Amino acid sequence: MYKYNDFDAGFVAERNKQFRAQVQRRISGALSEDEFKPLRLMNGLYLQLHAYMLRVAVPYGTLNSGQMHQLANIAQRWDKGYGHFTTRQNIQFNWPKLPDVPDILDALAELEMHAIQTSGNTVRNVTADHLSGAAADELEDPRPYAELIRQWSTDHPEFQFLPRKFKIAVSGSAQDRAVTRAHDIGLRLVEKNGETGFEVIVGGGLGRTPMIGKILRAFLPKADLLPYIEATISVWNLLGRRDNKYKSRIKITVHEHGIDEISKLVEARFKELRPSFNGADQSLFDHIKPAFAAPAYKQHSTELFEQNYSNDPVFRAWVDTNVMAHQNVDYGIATISLKAHGQTPGDASAEQMHLIADLAERYGHDEIRISHEQNIVLPHVHKSDLPAVHASLKTAQLATANIGLISDIIACPGMDYCALATARSIPIAQQIATRFDELKLEHDIGELKLKISGCINACGHHHVGHIGILGLDRAGVENYQITLGGDATETAAIGQRTGPGFSADDLLPALERLITAYLDLRSEPKETFLQTYRRVGATPFKAALYPERAVRANAA
Amino acid sequence: MARSFSPKIVTANALIEGDVIYLCADDTWTRDLQSADVITDETDADVRLISAASQTSVAVGVYLADIELHPDGLKTKHFREEFRKLGPSNYFHGKQAG
Repeated sequence: MYKYNDFDAGFVAERNKQFRAQVQRRISGALSEDEFKPLRLMNGLYLQLHAYMLRVAVPYGTLNSGQMHQLANIAQRWDKGYGHFTTRQNIQFNWPKLPDVPDILDALAELEMHAIQTSGNTVRNVTADHLSGAAADELEDPRPYAELIRQWSTDHPEFQFLPRKFKIAVSGSAQDRAVTRAHDIGLRLVEKNGETGFEVIVGGGLGRTPMIGKILRAFLPKADLLPYIEATISVWNLLGRRDNKYKSRIKITVHEHGIDEISKLVEARFKELRPSFNGADQSLFDHIKPAFAAPAYKQHSTELFEQNYSNDPVFRAWVDTNVMAHQNVDYGIATISLKAHGQTPGDASAEQMHLIADLAERYGHDEIRISHEQNIVLPHVHKSDLPAVHASLKTAQLATANIGLISDIIACPGMDYCALATARSIPIAQQIATRFDELKLEHDIGELKLKISGCINACGHHHVGHIGILGLDRAGVENYQITLGGDATETAAIGQRTGPGFSADDLLPALERLITAYLDLRSEPKETFLQTYRRVGATPFKAALYPERAVRANAA
Repeated sequence: MARSFSPKIVTANALIEGDVIYLCADDTWTRDLQSADVITDETDADVRLISAASQTSVAVGVYLADIELHPDGLKTKHFREEFRKLGPSNYFHGKQAG
């Protein structure tokens, strides 16, 4: 993975020193809150419902064991012993005290981490496919490009005060695991005439006005990546609405001006900018790329794996559900579920983080990934080591075999923590996971992406959930709307609202009716919820959700 | 006719810890809702809010929240304020015991 050079280390150290002085001035009263707020946000520090929250960047979700140990140390020393992994592949600490934050940032910097640009109207943490560098279906590892974008965008003087935040995701596989079509810019590595380049997607996004991105360039040569992104953001920086924050994202700009006009403007700006990219970016890329070389895979028999797979049904269930195909057939990609039934989605205790770091060091070539689905991935585990990994995970309640199933829920922190939320997400996720575990239906239901947001900002990606749940405040009462048919992959779609929302008490029975309807409707056990929904449409699902309406309709 | 004014409290977050605080009658701050000053007059509420907001070295994000007076004590009206009072529902961090 990428290692800081002297410039990187000096940059972060200087930034931390500045912020330490800013915190001191805020506490002494030399800075007002109005003056301090933009400074703390530039360093990832929010003030939430009960405490401050520090959002730490995990660029493209990649960590090593030392970094994971340090995150655990921070959770133990300065927080309440846990951290929350997010859909931006970041980690959030929910309870830091203001005077401690400079020390936390210094502790992060010791292991080449920071919280820069995890907030504010700037280019946010660049995300990538969490199986990057390991997935069997990968065309090319997208992380070197994500790192190039990270370095280019960090403190880019033109892009520190954009109309709104700006999110970029990069994928190197045909199967889109990075939600590229719901990002401000989505980049997909594609092949054309034997050459690899990017499909550039623009104007996707969730939130108040969810939209699927449009193709801005079907094929962009790799050497044009930075000038083309710079041109795109530059055009939006000029056109983007600053008069109304709800209309400020690039998706609205693309919608209002049309993709053809945006394309014309971007191409013209690109033509202006291209000559100033005189090769320094490519030299930088040449320096970055070797850092992402594949590890030295070991040669070893997989017999132990085969034996355990045959003899241990619990291990077999975990492998079948949580281990994905690796580029090297002797290896597997092990996803560690942070969704144990009834637990908070995305949370890991300091002890769990230490254990995962130890496993990565011992069995995983020292590599860890954070997925946007709020799980942790060991991308390179030799199959012969999977039984030992599984046994260790079991001791720490990390061996839940539910990746891609109904309890593998993306849930934002909701009103339990977030100052913007209008309803809670976490207890809803806990109830759903617990209930379907009790029913022992999860594996029978099969692949089902359920996503929950506690407000219209859609941090829980509910719009692209096969089943999406949006928590709202209806006259002082928590209310939950259901959407169906959303999809975050290469066949991306925005889910459709089914009807009136449900109270917290009525939501779970409604979901049970919905799932029962799916089990009755599917043509065969392998037909997924989404496939069934696309085949039969919304009507029978709505009838299951609102049986009293169906009765009335039949009576009329 | 004068507009009806529902009773309110002044609430904010503490500068150093970030946790929920309430304004007392003597313009100091408490973490105990039951010790908060209940404001029943609109003009008084405006004055107290401005006064509280000036305490920038103690409090952040000062605002008024609706409150109900029950025989067994004060109760916030909106569920958001109830969650702020109790703490998150997924962990027992001590605050919930209050």
